[in-house]
Amino acid sequence: MSLRRLSPDQPASFAFKPEHGPRIKREVAKYPPGRQASAVIALLRLGQEQEGWVSKPMIEEIGRILSMPYIRVLEVATFYTMFNLEPVGEHLVQVCTTTPCWLRGSDDVVAACKKHIAPKPHTVSADGKFSWMEVECLGACVNAPMLQIGKDFYEDLDGPKTEALLEAFRRGETPKPGAGNGRHTSEPEGGALTLKDPKLYDGGYSRKTNGGGDEGATDAEAKRPTQGASDRDAPVQKPPGAAT
Amino acid sequence: MPSRKLIVDGKEIEADDGLTLLQACEMAGAEIPRFCYHERLSVAGNCRMCLVEWVGAPKPQASCALQVRDIFPNKDGTPAKINTKGQYVRKAREGVMEFLLINHPLDCPICDQGGECDLQDQAMGYGRAAFHRFNENKRAVEDKYMGPLVKTIMTRCIQCTRCVRFATEVAGVPDLGATGRGEDMEITTYLEKAFASELSGNVVDLCPVGALTSKPYAFNARPWELRKTESIDVMDAQGCNIRVDARGPAVLRVLPRLNEEINEEWISDKARHACDGLMRQRLDRPYVRKSGKLQPATWGEAFAVVAARVAETAPERMAAVVGDLAAAEEIKALKDLMTALGAAHLDCRQDGSKLVPGARPSYLFNATIAGVEAADAILLVGCNPRWEAPVLNARIRKAWLGGNLKIANIGPAVDLTYPVEQLGDALEGLANGSHAFAQTLKDAKRPMLILGPAALARRDGAAVLRMAAKIAADTGIIGPAGSAEEGGWNGFNVLHTAASRVAALDLGFVRGRDVAGIVDGAQKGEIDFLYLLGADEFDVGHLGRAFVVYQGSHGDAGAHNADVVLPGAAYTEKDGLYANFEGRVQRGRRATFPPGEAKEDWAILRALSDVLGKRLPYDTLEQLRAALVADAPHFARLGEAPVHSGADAAMWADVGSEGALEPGAAFGHAIADYYLTNPIARASVTMAECSRVFVAGAHKMAAE
Repeated sequence: MSLRRLSPDQPASFAFKPEHGPRIKREVAKYPPGRQASAVIALLRLGQEQEGWVSKPMIEEIGRILSMPYIRVLEVATFYTMFNLEPVGEHLVQVCTTTPCWLRGSDDVVAACKKHIAPKPHTVSADGKFSWMEVECLGACVNAPMLQIGKDFYEDLDGPKTEALLEAFRRGETPKPGAGNGRHTSEPEGGALTLKDPKLYDGGYSRKTNGGGDEGATDAEAKRPTQGASDRDAPVQKPPGAAT
Repeated sequence: MPSRKLIVDGKEIEADDGLTLLQACEMAGAEIPRFCYHERLSVAGNCRMCLVEWVGAPKPQASCALQVRDIFPNKDGTPAKINTKGQYVRKAREGVMEFLLINHPLDCPICDQGGECDLQDQAMGYGRAAFHRFNENKRAVEDKYMGPLVKTIMTRCIQCTRCVRFATEVAGVPDLGATGRGEDMEITTYLEKAFASELSGNVVDLCPVGALTSKPYAFNARPWELRKTESIDVMDAQGCNIRVDARGPAVLRVLPRLNEEINEEWISDKARHACDGLMRQRLDRPYVRKSGKLQPATWGEAFAVVAARVAETAPERMAAVVGDLAAAEEIKALKDLMTALGAAHLDCRQDGSKLVPGARPSYLFNATIAGVEAADAILLVGCNPRWEAPVLNARIRKAWLGGNLKIANIGPAVDLTYPVEQLGDALEGLANGSHAFAQTLKDAKRPMLILGPAALARRDGAAVLRMAAKIAADTGIIGPAGSAEEGGWNGFNVLHTAASRVAALDLGFVRGRDVAGIVDGAQKGEIDFLYLLGADEFDVGHLGRAFVVYQGSHGDAGAHNADVVLPGAAYTEKDGLYANFEGRVQRGRRATFPPGEAKEDWAILRALSDVLGKRLPYDTLEQLRAALVADAPHFARLGEAPVHSGADAAMWADVGSEGALEPGAAFGHAIADYYLTNPIARASVTMAECSRVFVAGAHKMAAE
């Protein structure tokens, strides 16, 4: 984490878009009267959604809306690293470099960003389309390495894939978010390796453990936890159709 | 309040639930080191230096942030055991100290805090000098701009946030804040804005390290070189207790002294930083005007000129005016001398206030400063306490923070650091009870009225005073005798700005024409001889052909227009009694000697009286004080605020004078520039800089 200061380039003014009016009202109304300053994070986030980053006029406007000293808003804006204090490109590329992603090659993703966007993070690319930054874990370790563009995750990347992804964005396309190596969400690469036995799903195991089906079981008996449930702390999920 | 038993270091004590463990340990006589904790600020609990052992707890406890009510007894019912000493506590504090010192620079030899630094002192006790295990680079932090009074060396900051809490809570100016977090946390003002408070100098005292130091005092002296004198401030009429630190002939700095009844432990920036004016523009020898120019003279020559002039002047054409910084002794001496000469016109009210001597409660701050905290409704009339008495303003703010205090203002709207209801032109409405706020005052248990100099200096000031007394009597501001538990409530308060004013009124330094009448008389040739005792705050440039004697410490407006200048002593250069606006008499003490040939003021008057053939009947200050006490016995009761419990209804009916208010007359500002209200402040470079940054700067911003 580095020193967080307001950007030297500041816009002349800031105003929330009129359509944000009701949302601001809703956020402020969440807190008792006199405690409206509690909505400062929500408003900073809303402002950042609108402009992409938090500027000095925005801080002052929020201070006025919430009747709090500007310095208090500045404190919050500089405390939370997810508020961007520098202008960002049209597409903000957030590269996860926390341990799991790093082990899976996030260095290559970072190198691709350096090559295609700007050599330094928090810098808008020459064409204004991108800026990139390193972030802490985004919670998609199972698809590491990954990055976030806008609100979408792009996963299972490597150097060339990242470059292709950025090229696509540069051309104005919006590639499909999600895993970048063809798999579905976080399924194993190349298809399932375990739990492949069809009997898991056609009720075969269920009949065996219950000693020939549960047709005769009463309601009360069906609801009583089995010994196995006690051992495992959770009942075995019945495959579809197991009851018949 | 419920309390519970604790065993602190083997000693059993009974502590109130509301106390913090740190306070309870101090009750038991233990000494707890601390950086962030401060009695007058909210608890932050972020320095961790006050760790103690609660036997049975898994970890050391930060005693400042742990309340006594949260400490439960042991399982067998015996009181909880707290240890503030021993290996366990020592090791914990040493660990904290090691972390604090990781990023603290080792620049004590060039640090202004050296010798009075909490970190330095506590590192002597808890520092582990024998080894260190941090081989990385120390953090460096950019210095911040906080205005002309506070110098910052932010690398030294240990993030105790005392300054942030002071600015937000006591000063009421939320200009300071902590940005960033973790190692990158920094104390700063909003985008390098100056810290715009009249109390900003206090953060220097609060800072436990050398991060915030006094800019004017930078690299001037070490604390152990200084001669410390306990005295009284005269920059406003509150009588704040100060310590004057001097080296050789120079006063190097002024610090506050603790006095719970007056200033707690704060003083205003003017009290603290005007002291560089004591070395500039000084009158260090007598001057006599010869052929239109002031020429240096000896005391004998100057006295001879005065005596010659007095001899040819009729007593009814003589006048004297007492300035704002005079001590009671010289007021008494001047009054005695003028009475002996038969001078017809005396005045002490340079600002044109319509107060008159007589019933003391009619011109005092009767509720007392500490009494402000008991008030539940305050009506301000023509006063701006933020400039007229900044420390009092902090007290009002404290009362407002404490609970249900309603404050209303009649006069120009100013930012007083707490919300104020502007009543506009409501004085008559309040007097006849038709205004809504009159009911608020009636409903309040301890209502209070503060009448400021701007109200009393109006041409109809006497009528305003009468009206204020009527409001006070009607709404229960002046309660009947013995109404409250403490023996009566009297919330009728007059706020003075001149340190000499109450003493001069006590001594009856009002006779004949007032200041405006004297100026008018001088222009018309009806006043031929005018004696100014440090009086510079009225129109001294238009005194016609009157012969003017100026006795004072600084070459300000009064001296420039004088025919004879007699060099006197400033407040740090003489022993003197001062009555503050509560009527509390306090003793100021001499810290240095007057420069050159200048003398203590009472001695000048005593010597002059000899030359004039009217020798004053006292040869020493003690004899003068005895005469003073004979005139006004309360001058013998030092440090006590008078108690005016309840009310003498007849007296209040007689305050001021009957008359209609001038229609459309507005309450102006009594003080045009807070930083330049007296000759000492006007001679001060620091005050000039403050005026440029805060007053002129604010005007410029308003104009834009």
